[in-house]
Amino acid sequence: MSDIKIKTDNTLECSVAIINNANFSLESGEKIKNLKIAFKTFGKLNSKKTNAILVCHALTGDQYVTGHNPITGKDGWWSRMVGPNKPIDTNKFFVICSNVIGGCAGSTGPKEINEENKSIYGGDFPSVTIKDMVKAQSILIDGLNITKLFSVVGGSMGAMQALQWSIDFPEKISNIIHIAGALKHSAQNIAFHEVGRQAIMSDPVWKKGRYFNYNERPERGLSVARMIAHITYLSEDAMHRKFGRKLQSRDIISFGFDADFQVESYLRYQGKSFVDRFDANSYLYLTRAMDYFDYDEKFKRKIEFSQNPNNHIKYLIVSFSSDWLFPTQESKIIVNDLNNLSRKVSFLEIETDKGHDSFLLDEPQLDNLINGFLLSNFEEINE
Amino acid sequence: MNRISSIRKDWKLIETLIDENRSILDIGCGDGMLMEQLEKNLNATTHGIELDRDLASKAIAKGFNVIHGDAELDLSQYSNNSFDYVILSQTLQAMMKPKEILSELLRIGSKAIVSFPNFGHWKIRFQLLVSGRMPVTESLPYTWYDTPNIHFFTIKDFLKLCSDMNIIVEKSIGLTSRGKQFDISESFAGVNFFTHEAIFLLSYKNFEPIKIKSTKEIFNKNSVIVS
Repeated sequence: MSDIKIKTDNTLECSVAIINNANFSLESGEKIKNLKIAFKTFGKLNSKKTNAILVCHALTGDQYVTGHNPITGKDGWWSRMVGPNKPIDTNKFFVICSNVIGGCAGSTGPKEINEENKSIYGGDFPSVTIKDMVKAQSILIDGLNITKLFSVVGGSMGAMQALQWSIDFPEKISNIIHIAGALKHSAQNIAFHEVGRQAIMSDPVWKKGRYFNYNERPERGLSVARMIAHITYLSEDAMHRKFGRKLQSRDIISFGFDADFQVESYLRYQGKSFVDRFDANSYLYLTRAMDYFDYDEKFKRKIEFSQNPNNHIKYLIVSFSSDWLFPTQESKIIVNDLNNLSRKVSFLEIETDKGHDSFLLDEPQLDNLINGFLLSNFEEINE
Repeated sequence: MNRISSIRKDWKLIETLIDENRSILDIGCGDGMLMEQLEKNLNATTHGIELDRDLASKAIAKGFNVIHGDAELDLSQYSNNSFDYVILSQTLQAMMKPKEILSELLRIGSKAIVSFPNFGHWKIRFQLLVSGRMPVTESLPYTWYDTPNIHFFTIKDFLKLCSDMNIIVEKSIGLTSRGKQFDISESFAGVNFFTHEAIFLLSYKNFEPIKIKSTKEIFNKNSVIVS
């Protein structure tokens, strides 16, 4: 058995779990010898260790769920949800958030050095899946001496991880909060990801993922990928409300290809700021991991004939009415399967025009729902 | 009786029809008050369905297992005999297809509890007879053009439907408009005239669920995949 050492990384302002000789086997069959998991914790673990919540981040997220993010210099990606007196209250709960493997904020991923040959992984990094990410998280949780998580919470790719937890480690969790997710990545979702990947790979700077050898980054490709993806996170209504056909810092159109429209300027800004904080190879690997996620036919069987008891798990499934990337009907498939098996499932579709990104934005109903769900179920367990 | 106290009374009576430690589905569960009562008093395991988004959200935030959905579309997801009891309180008259709903209730529950306002009550008959206009009463307080209640029926109509569908009425409680309670089956001939609201405990004739015991758990369904 490999040892887990937890160190503090001052530059990254987070903890890093180092598991040397982990020989971590991936779903693909490949192995990672030494594993590194960058993570942050917030709040205090209670004496009975019953108040731990794992927050799983989405595609471009990281361990900086709340508080200061040293990479961006801004607040964490879910600061409005997680923190003292926030819906996921760190006065009450011990919140853990780790960077997924394959990511680029300190965990083992294409940007990191392969200890076996002392060179950066780049395109040689093995393919990772959602299952692999969750397996790594479970090693971290074991390393923190937590036997059972109170909750696993996540939106989008984070929701996929939460669902994977309920399939792979049901005995280690009490409930999951699954927001804007699905049992599978649809053909349309894969298609959008493919366009993003093609944008990166056709950037001449990408050089089959070896750009770091030349001290360069495929910024153009990555920013185009981000621009495409960003469109899918919004809704037509939200875009119209925010930008309409308004012009950017000008009164008349230029009859050229400048960013005449505000929406263009906004997307360019989104793309540009993204390349400063994200690794292009990571983007390839993580979008692929989402594409490979598929429990469409298998979920019900996995739950019904689980190796480990899973009857106790409470599921909260949330969707957004204007999310066309992970639409409500996808969430309802999960709810139907669980109800068909008489599981403890709750479901709410939140009415909003903000699209897939709603889970990151100001949605009071989501706040109240998550807060109430966590507190009432926590009381039930700790009666 | 006003509407709230009438609903409370309804819930109290529903509780008397249910045994302890049972699993219950409450259709149209609102913010979970009946479920709370049944969990507290009968140690029940409850699930709910609620069409109204805000009410469903409140119930979930209280810790109940509630689906934001439409009973007329979403009951099919539950397996046969998933619950000991399925409750439909004061909403059968608002359903598009009451007959289908009734058979769904008894498919997913061993027993069903259905309560409804009796359209055969003397006040309603009297209003229609005298004024010649659609009745508006405490239990049916809407005008004809904006009422959610689209299928009006009397106790006699309901009993006829049950008999047509081979449904057994195990218990039936009637309430007068003053809240007086009586057993419908044992009552006098004018019961349809005096019952303001009715609550029925229903089950199917000769319905024996198949229980298959495996090493791990009991499958409680009409069909299972045996591999």
